[in-house]
Amino acid sequence: MAEKNPLTTPSPNADTKIVPPGSTQTHTEHAPGGHGAAFPPFESHTFLSQLIWLALAFGLLYYLMSKVALPRIEAILNDRSNRLSADLDQAQRMKAEADAAGAAYEKSLREAQAKAQGIAQDTRNTLSAEADAKRKTLEAELNQRLAASDATIRARTAEAMGNVRSIAGETASAIVERLTGQAPDPATLNRALDATPALN
Amino acid sequence: MAVSVDPIHQFELQPLVSLGHIGNQQIAFTQSALYMFVAVGIIALLTIVATSGRSVVPGRLQALAETLYEFIADTVHQATGAEGKRFLPLVFSLFMFVLILNLLGMIPYAFAVTSHLIVTFGLALVVILTVVIYGVAKHGTHFLGVFVPSGVPKPLLLIMVPIEIVSFLSRPISLSVRLFANILAGHIALKIFAFFVVQLLVAGAWGVLSPLPLALTIALTALEFLVAALQAYVFATLTAVYLADALHPGH
Repeated sequence: MAEKNPLTTPSPNADTKIVPPGSTQTHTEHAPGGHGAAFPPFESHTFLSQLIWLALAFGLLYYLMSKVALPRIEAILNDRSNRLSADLDQAQRMKAEADAAGAAYEKSLREAQAKAQGIAQDTRNTLSAEADAKRKTLEAELNQRLAASDATIRARTAEAMGNVRSIAGETASAIVERLTGQAPDPATLNRALDATPALN
Repeated sequence: MAVSVDPIHQFELQPLVSLGHIGNQQIAFTQSALYMFVAVGIIALLTIVATSGRSVVPGRLQALAETLYEFIADTVHQATGAEGKRFLPLVFSLFMFVLILNLLGMIPYAFAVTSHLIVTFGLALVVILTVVIYGVAKHGTHFLGVFVPSGVPKPLLLIMVPIEIVSFLSRPISLSVRLFANILAGHIALKIFAFFVVQLLVAGAWGVLSPLPLALTIALTALEFLVAALQAYVFATLTAVYLADALHPGH
């Protein structure tokens, strides 16, 4: 940007452009809009200088990138991905542990339930067995009593029925004695009683 | 300093320290060289100083450095496969160097180093020499397979091989001219349109038209930023593609 540069070749018309030493070109007067100037990118006398600086700068850059910057960035990225995968692994492991603990809990819960059910079933079975036994004793007792009552009733009925025959015989003999004045023959009476279906 | 309306003036080299001559070559530490070292300094700042913490959770600059690294590493990996990793420093250096120099050139009054063909040609030469030297060292004469497309009938090879040779030889030229021409043309266009604004403003009633070139200048500036980044990417990608030839000749 410096309009005047003391370090350039001390030409009378000191311009800031690089002028080839042997050049007799006089395009040093660089008036605004002066289209007589050579096209800077094609001024071949600057090429060697530019290539030297390019080689130095790019060589330095390549050295810095390949020896320092890129290995470091790669290390950072590797470190991060390693750490991420390690963290993920750990999370996975913890999840597996939690799952195992959950499964164990479920298992013990199921076992406890099964046990409780077993106990309940046992108790129910015992109780119902006891109740059954009691009921059976009771039923047997009741049946016995019923049978006894039945027997009594049948005995009484038979007894009563026996009495009915003797009463009927006595009544019949009394009626016949009253009507005829003489007691009927007991054999006849018995035959008559036998012939009466209601008395048998 | 006097305002120059010459759109070419911005590309002139200003010697800061003159170091004498070799033949007719003038050796001087110019502003161009200064910009190159400034670019190296900026890149070192970004990739070395910003990552010195080596933090697992990166700060902004470290995140930027990591993003750039992964971007170029992906590009190289896609073009060359796993073996291309050894060329990552080269491609990364080229990409960052071109990118930072292009962007530095976008600062008003700054100098665009990449607008000089010899610089871009020097970078392209680095690429092509790497391809040739590595290719020959690794594959010997098999490297010549790069000129013989596979699966082509024998008679066609008579035509194809010269085409491939020309295409190979034109690579350093196309690589360097593409970058140089983009940056040069962009800066000239910017300067011309910006100067239109001034010209219209001092032309009396025509001054009402001055917003038009101003808008165009603004749009061009945005475009030039895109070009600055895009050309750096193109340079890096093509480098990776050419390096793939060195790794696998006979495509």
